[in-house]
Amino acid sequence: MINSRFFNRSELMGFIALAAVLFVILPLTLDVFRLNLVAKYLTYAFVALGLVLCWGYGGILSLGQGVFFGLGGYCMAMFLKLEASSVENTKIQSTPGIPDFMDWNQITSLPLFWQPFHSLTFTILAIILVPGLFALIIGTAMFKRRVGGTYFAIITQAVAAILTILIVGQQGYTGGINGMTDLRTLRGWDIRPDHAKIILYFVEVLLLFACIGIAQFIRLTKLGRILVAMREQEDRVRFSGYSVANFKIFAFCMAAVFAAIGGAMFALNVGFMSPSFVGIVPSIEMVIYTAVGGRMSIFGAIWGALLVNFAKTSLSESFPQLWLFGLGALFIAVVLAFPNGLSGLWADYVQPRIDRLFASRKPKPDWNDNSVADGAPAE
Amino acid sequence: MFGDYSLGDLGSIFVMQGFAGLILFSVYVLMALGLAIIFGQMGVINMAHGEFMILGAYVTWMTSNLFQAYLPGLFSGYFFLAMILAFVASGALGMLVEWALIRHLYKRPLDTLLATWGLSLMLQQAYRSVFGAREVGVELPQWMLGSLHVTDSIEVPINGVFVMCLTVLITISVAYVMYKSRWGRQVRAVVQNRIMAGAVGINTEKVDRYTFGLGCGIAGIAGSAFTMIGSTGPTSGQLYIVDTFLVVVFGGAASLLGTIASAFSISQTQSTLEFFMSGSMAKVLTLLAVVGILMLRPQGLFALKVRK
Repeated sequence: MINSRFFNRSELMGFIALAAVLFVILPLTLDVFRLNLVAKYLTYAFVALGLVLCWGYGGILSLGQGVFFGLGGYCMAMFLKLEASSVENTKIQSTPGIPDFMDWNQITSLPLFWQPFHSLTFTILAIILVPGLFALIIGTAMFKRRVGGTYFAIITQAVAAILTILIVGQQGYTGGINGMTDLRTLRGWDIRPDHAKIILYFVEVLLLFACIGIAQFIRLTKLGRILVAMREQEDRVRFSGYSVANFKIFAFCMAAVFAAIGGAMFALNVGFMSPSFVGIVPSIEMVIYTAVGGRMSIFGAIWGALLVNFAKTSLSESFPQLWLFGLGALFIAVVLAFPNGLSGLWADYVQPRIDRLFASRKPKPDWNDNSVADGAPAE
Repeated sequence: MFGDYSLGDLGSIFVMQGFAGLILFSVYVLMALGLAIIFGQMGVINMAHGEFMILGAYVTWMTSNLFQAYLPGLFSGYFFLAMILAFVASGALGMLVEWALIRHLYKRPLDTLLATWGLSLMLQQAYRSVFGAREVGVELPQWMLGSLHVTDSIEVPINGVFVMCLTVLITISVAYVMYKSRWGRQVRAVVQNRIMAGAVGINTEKVDRYTFGLGCGIAGIAGSAFTMIGSTGPTSGQLYIVDTFLVVVFGGAASLLGTIASAFSISQTQSTLEFFMSGSMAKVLTLLAVVGILMLRPQGLFALKVRK
C-alpha cells in the first residue's frame, strides 16, 4: 500500500533537521566565505540526489554524472561569459565583444552555437534540456538494448572522458583547460559581492528543496516502487508487462537534470566552470558522496555530499598527504563495512534509540509492536 | 588534406604512423590482457589496474638504478630481470588485494569498482610519498637506442620493435596458459559455472586468487614495457585505465582474440588520425566511434556464447 502521507515520521525529522541547518544555522554561524563554500558543496548535493534516484532506487550506476554537471554548468557559464564580454568590457581585444579566450585563440567572430546564449530564457531551458536530451539519447541507446550494470558504467565513464578531451582540445570555443573564468553579472546584477553570494546561497537551497520534493514524490508513487522492483528482479518486472527500459531512461534523465541544475548553480556561486569538474575523477567522487551518505536515502546523500566535501577541504588544507589515503580508505570502508552509508548507520543505531525515547513517553500499544515500526497507518 | 604529399610520401606516412600505432597497440594489448582476464573471466572491475601497471614501471626503474650503481657490466641485460621482478611484485600485490578486498565482493561487481577506485587513490598517494611526484624515466641500454632504416623514408625505433616482440611473446604464453594448461582449464571452468566447478573438486577460491594475481602480474609487465617508451609518474596509470576498459569491452569481454582485435583497430585508427588532426580530436573521434559501435553492438566484436 502506498503511504498517503508525504513524509513518515523519521523522514519528517530528517527534513526539519536539514532545513534548520541549511536555512538557519549555517547562514547565522558562518561568514560569507565559508557560506559560499557550503554553496559549492551543495551543488554536488544535487548530483548526489539524482544518483539516489538513478543508482539507489533504479540500480543504474552512472559514472558520467560529471558530464551532466558540466553541461549544465557550461550552459550557465556561457551566458554569464557573454554578458561579461560586452563590447565596452573587451575593447582592448583585437575583436571586441567576444569572450577573451576566443580572442586569444584567433577566433574573430562568435561561433554559431554561442549565439542563442545571449538570451537568459534560452539558457535556462538549455540547462534543463541539453543534459536531459543527452541522457535520453545515451539511455535509449543503452537500455533499449538491455545494456546495464558494469557495461553501462564503463560507457558513461568513456563519455565523460570524451567530453573532457573535447573541452580541453577545443580551446577557442570552450576556454580549454582553464575553463570559463571571470564571470561577473547576471542580467546586470553583480554576482561577486557578499550580499549577492548570500542571495545565491538561499536561491540554491530553495532549489535543492524543490528537487528533494520531486525526488520524494517520485519515490512515493508507483514509479518509485517499480524502480525498486526493477533493481531487485528486473526480469519479473519485464514479464509483468512493464517496459523496463523506459523506466530506466526516466530515472537516468532525472538524475541528469538534477546534476545539470547543480552545475548551473556551481557556475553562479563559484564564478567559473572548468573541465576539471567534468571528467572521470570528479564523476566517481560524486558517486562516492552518494555512497557515503547512503545510496537509498535522499537526505543521507545530501549529508554525504556536505560532509565528504567538508572533510576534503579541511583535510587537504592541513594534511595534503593524508587526504588521498583517507578518501581511498573511506571508499573501501563504505563498500566493505557499511554499504548503506551514513543513513544506514543512522537507521541501525541512532533511530532505534530515538524511537525508544518517543515510545517510552507514550503509553505503549499492547497489540502489535511491528505495525508501529512499519510507519503506523492509523496514528 | 592529401594534396601536399606525393603518393610515395603518403605510403611512408601510413607505414610510420602505422608503426607508431603498433607501439600503442602493444601497450594496449599488455594492459588489456590483464584486464580481460580479471574483468572478462572474473567479472571484477579493477579500477586500480593502472596502478598495478605503474608498480611494474617503478620496479623496473629501481632495478635499472640498482644495476647502474652495483652491476654496470650487466646493465645491457637488466631489463629481463626487471620484467620478472615487475611480474612478481604486481602479482603478489594483486593476490594480497584479492585476499583482503575483492573476495568479499564477488557478488557485487559494481561495488568492486568503487572499492578498487579507493585502492587506486591510496596506491597513487603511496607512490607519491615514496617515489616523489615527479615523473621518472628509465635509462635504456645502448642496444635499444637508435632506429632501424628499412628504406630511405621509413625508419622504425628499436625499442618499439622490442616492445612489440615482447607483446607477441606474452600474448602467446597467456593464450597457452589459458587454453592449453590444466590450470587454464580450471579458470575457464570456474568462469562458466562456479558451482559445478566447485562440485567437481576445483578449489574455486584458489583459482580466483591466482587468476587475479596473474592479471595484475601481466599489468606489471605492461608497466615494465611502458618505461621503454614513456616516463612514469604516480598518476600515469589513471590516464590509460578508461581506454583499456574500452578495449576490453569493445573486443567482447572473455575473449582474448577479441581483445587483441579491438586493441589493434583502436590504436591504428587513433594513430592514423593523429597525423591529420590534433591528437585530442583524433582521440575524441576514436573513442566516439568505439562508443557508437558499442551502442549498436553491446556484446562487443567477439562475444562468447554462453547460456545464462
